[in-house]
Amino acid sequence: MGRVGVVFCLCERLGDSVDKKAEGIQETIEKEVDFNWLATHPGVCTKWGIDFLIKAVREQKLEGVVIACVAPKSVGPTLKKAIVRETNGTVLTRCIGLPVGNPEPSTQSETVETLKRSLDELRNEKSPQRAGPSIERAMVVGGGIAGMTAAIDLGNGGYETILVDRLPSIGGRMLQLSETFPTLDCAQCTLTPKTVETGQHPKIQLRTYCEVEKVEGKAGHFTVTLRRKAAYVDWEKCTGCGLCQEKCPQKTPSVFDRGVGLGKAIYTLSPQAVPNKPVINPETCRYLQEGKCRVCEKVCPVDAIDYEQKETFIREEVGAIVVATGFDLYPLSQIGEYGSGSIPDVVDGLAFERLLSASGPTTGEIRRPSDGRVPKEVVFIQCTASRDPDRYMPYCSRVCCMYTAKHAKLYKHKVPDGRAYVFYMDIRSTGKGYEEFIQQGMEEEGTCYLRGRVSRLFQDGEQIMVWGVDTLTAKRVEIAADMVVLATAIIPSEGAGILAQKLPGVETDVHGFFTEAHWKLYPVDTGTDGIYFAGCDQGAKDIADTVAQGSAAASKVQALFAQYRNETSPEAQGQR
Amino acid sequence: MKIEISEKSVRNEIARTVEWVSGQNLFACYQCGNCTAGCPVSFAMDLGPHQVIRYTLLGLVSEVLASNTPWICASCLQCTSRCPKGLDIARIMEALRTVVLRKKERLDHISIVDLTDDLIDRTPQIAFISGFRKFLS
Ligand SMILES: Cc1cc2nc3c(=O)[nH]c(=O)nc-3n(C[C@H](O)[C@H](O)[C@H](O)COP(=O)(O)OP(=O)(O)OC[C@H]3O[C@@H](n4cnc5c(N)ncnc54)[C@H](O)[C@@H]3O)c2cc1C
Ligand code: SF4
Ligand code: SF4
Repeated sequence: MGRVGVVFCLCERLGDSVDKKAEGIQETIEKEVDFNWLATHPGVCTKWGIDFLIKAVREQKLEGVVIACVAPKSVGPTLKKAIVRETNGTVLTRCIGLPVGNPEPSTQSETVETLKRSLDELRNEKSPQRAGPSIERAMVVGGGIAGMTAAIDLGNGGYETILVDRLPSIGGRMLQLSETFPTLDCAQCTLTPKTVETGQHPKIQLRTYCEVEKVEGKAGHFTVTLRRKAAYVDWEKCTGCGLCQEKCPQKTPSVFDRGVGLGKAIYTLSPQAVPNKPVINPETCRYLQEGKCRVCEKVCPVDAIDYEQKETFIREEVGAIVVATGFDLYPLSQIGEYGSGSIPDVVDGLAFERLLSASGPTTGEIRRPSDGRVPKEVVFIQCTASRDPDRYMPYCSRVCCMYTAKHAKLYKHKVPDGRAYVFYMDIRSTGKGYEEFIQQGMEEEGTCYLRGRVSRLFQDGEQIMVWGVDTLTAKRVEIAADMVVLATAIIPSEGAGILAQKLPGVETDVHGFFTEAHWKLYPVDTGTDGIYFAGCDQGAKDIADTVAQGSAAASKVQALFAQYRNETSPEAQGQR
Repeated sequence: MKIEISEKSVRNEIARTVEWVSGQNLFACYQCGNCTAGCPVSFAMDLGPHQVIRYTLLGLVSEVLASNTPWICASCLQCTSRCPKGLDIARIMEALRTVVLRKKERLDHISIVDLTDDLIDRTPQIAFISGFRKFLS
């Protein structure tokens, strides 16, 4: 790299001692840092600031510039884009942070260190010339509602899209839901058209039962290696007739049904699964575990069963990646005060969804997992493991107030003589129509809200004793419940951190949620061009917000493709 | 103090009667406290109007029936006019008074013959009417 410059933005946000600080730091920089040009400006993010930068870059013949200002995350991308636009991508930009207010001398030396590092990075970066236009093909990792939305938008835009999911079929958590707030329409009826559209889309290629092994390259030119797990079924041959699942003798608690139902060793996630092809769970399959059985092989009319199948690796070249790996729930086993998952009639929200679901293990009847009895007194506990910075997660999981109100309502519809109690700390119903939904539950369904937390619960004969409080009356409350539903915290899906490590420049926060490039301005951008995310892998959110992010990420990808195409087109080259 | 809550306490007889007599849905209450905040006589009540609703709903029957709140209530309708959920709290108070009176537990409350002539002279007509309606019906 040729000449590099440094610009300090000295806007008023720096604090009272702007001049003094700038002087102090300038001296140190001049002594310690190796650069070709140094300047200050009272506001680089303004139009005049940008004009100043571009003029300087041209006149000084810079090939790289480091800008130091108080808001690098929000200002950086704008400056970078302006410089890229004006110089046709030939000048590299870095934006580093300056401390606000009156910093300690130590932060000043930190600033100098960061500056040195950024300059080194700039010098080491390869030619800023792009290697031609982007590969106009995208990959979406995670086939929940976020990933499907992104894939459909990209497909409709005419871009070939590879949709990856580690499960055998797409749909994500919504597949497990019964009906959805705030409209109470059936989740399947909302989801199935989307899964079918995704499955049949001429531009979308499904890569289910696959995980990301390795990602190389950069925006416009990523090479992704996928690991396709062994399904033990040849999907090319399989017609999806379902005979194998019907005849498989091995029944164990199903993960999909959250343990409140049984599943076969050879399974699809639902009768409407897309793709509708089964896989064998090697951990429960009798033949793969004990060497005896092979029933599925015998019944399969097309010889699709293949116990010898091995995992395979697939390489895909794509220009951009959308990560939409969704969420898990905080494990019951780690919540000691609520029985550590050992009380059968204490379940989590997704398990209750399975009980409510017409396609669930009880065909929609509310029955206790322990004895199949219809529970008459059901306690719901909101904020379980959420909003508890001391022991669990400090954040609000955002959907539990709403889905608990939904659960209480749906329960009341199914068990009219039953009573639902909800322990809550606050009710957060900020979406459109959400507050009305909560109020309707209280007024019309008589859901009994108790303001306070439950400190413990335990099995007491056939019932579960719930010890809580109603702080509105300042009285301790005891309920002998037939069933307890815990609205446990939303956490990033298992393995999100490992995936982030494979994605260059992509970071997660302390809880494992993907970190956006800017809290407000770049909510679906990661720190790396060409990689975006959508949905609950960035933080808890409802379906509506998830879908909005899915579309946002897809439009970012399309903009990226268009930008690369325009910048590298002959006309653009000629303008230089 | 600890309370046991169940379908029986939530649908206790008094709560049902109060809902029936007043025509108000106790479950609709936000517990926002606006009624108590605006009540001109809540300073003298042992339970605020919002607490009376909560206690009734959760089946804290003896506390509600022993509280002075319905009797201190001036039936001024301030609470009713301000309730964001449109609850007619004054009617709930009236219903509670009716419940207590019908239990014949408050017969001694005011006896007209005990009132002094001076008091009778000084008391405005409307106070007589509403007071006797409240305390003697
Ligand atoms: C009990 C409960 C009830 C709810 N009810 C409602 C409701 O009524 N209304 C509403 O609006 N919202 C509701 N929600 C929220 C709703 O479920 C989410 O907003 C939505 O499912 C988020 O979609 P997603 O695509 O981000 O994630 P997910 O649905 O979790 O999808 C993620 C997908 O990514 C896949 N995946 C994960 N990791 C990897 C990996 N490493 N590699 C490849 N694939 C991977 C998963 O297999 C999955 O298919 C509810 C949530 C809960 C817990
Ligand atoms: S071999 Fe395994 S998957 Fe096939 S029927 Fe037996 S237990 Fe089920
Ligand atoms: S003002 Fe209405 S909603 Fe608020 S506490 Fe009183 S009765 Fe309840």
